[in-house]
Amino acid sequence: MATFSMNLIWQYANPKKFMQTSGMVLPWVIGLAAIGMVGGLIWGFFFTPNDYKQGSTVKIIYLHVPSAMIAINGWAVMLIASLIWLIRRHHVSALVARAAAPVGMTMTLIALITGAIWGEPMWGTWWAWDPRLTSFLILFLFYLGYIALWEAIEDPDTAADLTSVLCLVGSVFAFLSRFAVDFWHQGLHQGASLSLDGRDEVADIFLFPLLTCMGGFILFFIAMVLLRTRTEIRARRLKALIARERMG
Amino acid sequence: MIGLLLRDLKLAIRAGGGFGLGLAFFLIVVVLVPLGVGPKTELLAAIAPGILWVAALLACLLSLDRIFALDYEDGSLDLLATAPMPLEGAVAMKSLAHWLTTGLPLTLASPLFGLLMQLPDAAYGWLMLSLALGTPALSVIGTFGAALTVGLKRGGLLLSLLVLPLYVPTLIFGAEAVRRGAEGMDNATPMILVAAITLGSVALLPFASAAAIRINLR
Repeated sequence: MATFSMNLIWQYANPKKFMQTSGMVLPWVIGLAAIGMVGGLIWGFFFTPNDYKQGSTVKIIYLHVPSAMIAINGWAVMLIASLIWLIRRHHVSALVARAAAPVGMTMTLIALITGAIWGEPMWGTWWAWDPRLTSFLILFLFYLGYIALWEAIEDPDTAADLTSVLCLVGSVFAFLSRFAVDFWHQGLHQGASLSLDGRDEVADIFLFPLLTCMGGFILFFIAMVLLRTRTEIRARRLKALIARERMG
Repeated sequence: MIGLLLRDLKLAIRAGGGFGLGLAFFLIVVVLVPLGVGPKTELLAAIAPGILWVAALLACLLSLDRIFALDYEDGSLDLLATAPMPLEGAVAMKSLAHWLTTGLPLTLASPLFGLLMQLPDAAYGWLMLSLALGTPALSVIGTFGAALTVGLKRGGLLLSLLVLPLYVPTLIFGAEAVRRGAEGMDNATPMILVAAITLGSVALLPFASAAAIRINLR
């Protein structure tokens, strides 16, 4: 059973197969992402009551939490894709890692900006050197370095190899930084309100639109990564075609 | 391996700028900071641990691109990669040579710079100890960054962008150890963590650096 399901995944290492399936799935993912994001945001913005302490500013949570979640998990996707590239050398995997990086970086930026907008009325400051804020800023720097390395190297395989090694080493240091920053300073940001162990501290009336938004953001991330990977595969095919023209 | 180390040391000393440049840069940063923030003793004493660590980090960064650049240009890096000695060993020796020419002089000279920064008396020992424990990590991590960018024409700026985020944990624990020492608090935890980062980096990163060099030479 296990080998069977693994084979099911590995067949997408074939770019042709990947293009076929992703082309079929993509419109659905985009559609569902749009429904999730638009629906979740409208639900959250207009059909939930204001918080008794925070007023209507609490509603930025519907952008802040999902983008922060994608920011971290985007890096995890890059890490897994890099590992697959280094171990099995599937080009699609390297391209997925490359495609995920700018999306993850943008989400990090959105999380930082919405956090600043939320922090101003709540804490009275746009920015504080709080552990969570600081580690997100550091995460942003890691994304920057990773993308810059991709851009700097011309040969695509060398670039894929070097960025993968950077991603592995960077993950260890990003994790260490998170721990170090916690050690460095106690901050303003609240602890995690959502967790998988079921003791949620968010009232249901806010929770359901939030979960809808999170689902929408996840689908949006998948859609963007698929789209960017498909673009990159097409760009490479084009390059190969042009090269063949020149030869002939 | 020892031969390689001696060769790198000789090159660094005779080509000039190995020892001197890093130290001079450290001095300039330490002079510029009081000019920028004002000469108040209490203020300088409060920020001294952090500034000294940041200055050490920047001074380290300055000489990183020279670790492999010359060897890459004249082809000795290809020879090293094909030599019977494991490339990991050669890389580790390169890091060691870098530390001996930047980290070690910085550590030894740091009390002097601490004096300029009005560092509290209690902190001198801690400053030297934390730099002695932490700067090897800076050299090893920097070697990894240099290995990633060795084939690039204008790798210098990219190198800083890649390496500085990796320096974050070392900087935090190192500066925290000195700060706590200066305030007379217990600083065993950050000090041990600095040592842990150094030992972990020294043990593992040469493999990543050697892999990066092999990819670049392919």
